[in-house]
Amino acid sequence: MRHATPAIRRIYNRRRRLNRINMAMSALGMGFGLFWLAWILFTLVRYGFEALTWKLLSQSTPPPGSDGGLLNAIVGSVMMAGTATLIGTPVGVLAGTYLAEYGRRGWIAPATRFINDILLSAPSIVLGLFIYTVYVARVGHFSGFAGALALSLIVIPVVVRTTDDMLKLVPDSLREAAIALGAPKWKMVTRVSYRAARTGIATGVLLAVARISGETAPLLFTALNNQFLSHDMNAPMANLPVVIFQFAMSPYDDWHKIAWGGAILITLSVLGINILARLLFRQRNS
Amino acid sequence: MSDLFLKPDSNVRIAVRDLNFYYGRFHAIKNVSMDVQSNKVTAFIGPSGCGKSTLLRTFNRLHELYPQNRATGEILLDGRNVLDPREDPTLLRARVGMVFQKPTPFPMSIYDNIAFGVRLYERLNPRQMDERVEWALTKAALWNEVKDKLNQSGNGLSGGQQQRLCIARCIAIKPEVILLDEPCSALDPISTAHIEELVHDLKEDYTVVIVTHNMQQAARVSDYTAYMYLGELIEFDETDKIFTKPNQKATEDYITGKFG
Amino acid sequence: MNSSRHSRAVHGPHRRTARAQLSRLGDALFENVTRLFAVLVLGTLLAILVSLVVTSLPSLKAFGLGFLWSDDWDPVRDRFGALVPIYGTLVSSCIAMLIALPISFGIAIFLTEMSPTWLKRPLGTAIELLAAIPSIIYGMWGLFVFTPVFSKHVQPLLIEIFGPLPGIGRLFQGPPMGIGMLTAGIILAIMVIPFISSVMRDVFELVPAVLKESAYGLGATTWEVVWKVVLPYTRTGVVGGVMLGLGRALGETMAVTFVIGNAQRLSVSLLAPGNSIASSLANEFAEAVGDLYTSSLIELGLILFLITTVVLAIAKLMLLRLGRLEGTKS
Repeated sequence: MRHATPAIRRIYNRRRRLNRINMAMSALGMGFGLFWLAWILFTLVRYGFEALTWKLLSQSTPPPGSDGGLLNAIVGSVMMAGTATLIGTPVGVLAGTYLAEYGRRGWIAPATRFINDILLSAPSIVLGLFIYTVYVARVGHFSGFAGALALSLIVIPVVVRTTDDMLKLVPDSLREAAIALGAPKWKMVTRVSYRAARTGIATGVLLAVARISGETAPLLFTALNNQFLSHDMNAPMANLPVVIFQFAMSPYDDWHKIAWGGAILITLSVLGINILARLLFRQRNS
Repeated sequence: MSDLFLKPDSNVRIAVRDLNFYYGRFHAIKNVSMDVQSNKVTAFIGPSGCGKSTLLRTFNRLHELYPQNRATGEILLDGRNVLDPREDPTLLRARVGMVFQKPTPFPMSIYDNIAFGVRLYERLNPRQMDERVEWALTKAALWNEVKDKLNQSGNGLSGGQQQRLCIARCIAIKPEVILLDEPCSALDPISTAHIEELVHDLKEDYTVVIVTHNMQQAARVSDYTAYMYLGELIEFDETDKIFTKPNQKATEDYITGKFG
Repeated sequence: MNSSRHSRAVHGPHRRTARAQLSRLGDALFENVTRLFAVLVLGTLLAILVSLVVTSLPSLKAFGLGFLWSDDWDPVRDRFGALVPIYGTLVSSCIAMLIALPISFGIAIFLTEMSPTWLKRPLGTAIELLAAIPSIIYGMWGLFVFTPVFSKHVQPLLIEIFGPLPGIGRLFQGPPMGIGMLTAGIILAIMVIPFISSVMRDVFELVPAVLKESAYGLGATTWEVVWKVVLPYTRTGVVGGVMLGLGRALGETMAVTFVIGNAQRLSVSLLAPGNSIASSLANEFAEAVGDLYTSSLIELGLILFLITTVVLAIAKLMLLRLGRLEGTKS
């Protein structure tokens, strides 16, 4: 390289051009991603806010051709998501505790971690199918409880993963300090590890709630739907995603409008919970 | 400050003029000016955080990889200011090679590690490339140790061998200046001796600048030594003079271990 | 030590051993309870597999392996085959990966090598936001907003440009209906881009800065650093990320159901409506009557479960291997 000869210059110019093209393509790729995000959000705001009325929140789903709201679906969604979280959180936290606190030896922990990560991305419709075969088909009818069970199968792997990760972040010195004071291990875990990992685990639970709030597929043949307001978890139950699906696929304009209203409700709550989780996590880190 | 400039008739490769460097708001190098001689070894010494590595990294504009870094002033390589935004940093880096603290073999074979840089700038046929690889590895005193395993990963070598591989990779593209940023800090004494010997041989063909926290090393390998403290160039002179009768009290204190 | 000596003095050794026993009991109880739940999670996968196999037995018996390559789907005559939905699942996911792969790579390069520091976080969050949007929203948006634009402005162009070409032209035949395999693939691509690009970004950030600096120091351009150093270094992680995205694409239900067209018909053209396993289930399962119909649908679900599990397992293994590599190096 003593002198940049014309040959070297020529090669270099070609390399520089390739670099510029590829860097420009990368920037375009970034723009491509942002473009869809902007387009989808814009659509939601445009059609969704128009449909967001008091009636939407105060009336139940209407028969074709008439006016109504989503009250029964909102109630059903909240009840099922709540039940799923109540089932999934303890199961996930306890399983995650085993992985992080007792899993340093043996094969159970690594194997569970591996399977859990697969469950984390498993198609949600298959989880619905599973609950159908083991529960709905047995009892002979669709129910809100079946829907909650299917959703809890989505909650569990998320909570297992975050509990495991967050407990592993707790410094060993803290554990040793507790043990050195003569505390039995279960007390050390519940009083020290959990306390240190509290917000992290809560973040994971919130993210899991955000995920199930928008899930449709596992509810299609577990909770099914219900045209009327119902609090009976043992009967078919209306829920936002399935109502949106049915109304959007229908030929009626009124129903489309209600579907858009439901869409913005779901998106706002999912994004809201996500932001809450992020804030919580950031607060923990600072 | 005039003592910082060596005899005007001498063979200057890099001339630094009023260099200032900022990490964000932090003023890391303050008004440094110096001349680096061609085909000599120049050492930068000083306590940690004195700016010696930072100074080195401006010579091939590696600091520009991080947007909050900013350098002002001039660094003249053969009379042209390399800090000029119109100068291409990529071409500059092919002329001013660099070896880092920790050995950094690329995730590829030993052969490809050497050929990597060469392929960027030259179109060689396989025979020429073989010759170049052998030449560079021989120069770096590594050929005999690796000639039978050129196709193995560079990660399989010992630390000292990896560092010589990095030096070979650097000289394979035939730069004019070689920058060594504490090249022995991660190595054992025997590997260090190898590298020091190598540095001594390199100056026949290259201008070498080495940053070191080890004063004995500076005394052993360099012709000129610059002592830096808190971003300022305190003293710069022939190594013998710096280590026997420095002009500044501060330099003497550092050299004799009263400080740092 | 002090307090225990003290307590011994006060309560005597008897009391102390009782308490030690109690706490040992508590420990064993806690460990076993947590282990029970871990095993429960571990067993879930197996339970899903077993239950799906058992309930699809009628269909397995009736059609055997022929189920996989029959394109019959006739609820009236009770004849079922999985070819159409399998084909649709694979083709729509392939289209998605073809689009998502280069885009995600670009996004990862932009976020790690090009973006100013202050922009990195908001841009990263924006891409993650894309992953947080529920899939049913993608479906609605795809059906009501994207499809009309696509059929009016893009599909006619595709038909005009590629239609007359030999070979590849067969993929672009038929009327521009908007819905179909290609549309489903594009929407899937948008949905998996955040997954693939964030894995890529994360593994790119694992590359030691000094390794990249060495490549820059030899006079490599940014592209050469990424292509020749960063990518080889992170290869397994990148493949893992891609497989993760593929797993998501294969199993995605709602977005595809809205736009794929739901036609149990095999056609070469990407513009024609088709079906995927997940959307067949979503559309037909709740209304399926008869054991054979139901169990055929469950067998479809079983096939989907097997495919995605294998893909996700490969993804996970790849990412684990990268992690281990990191562990030995540092």
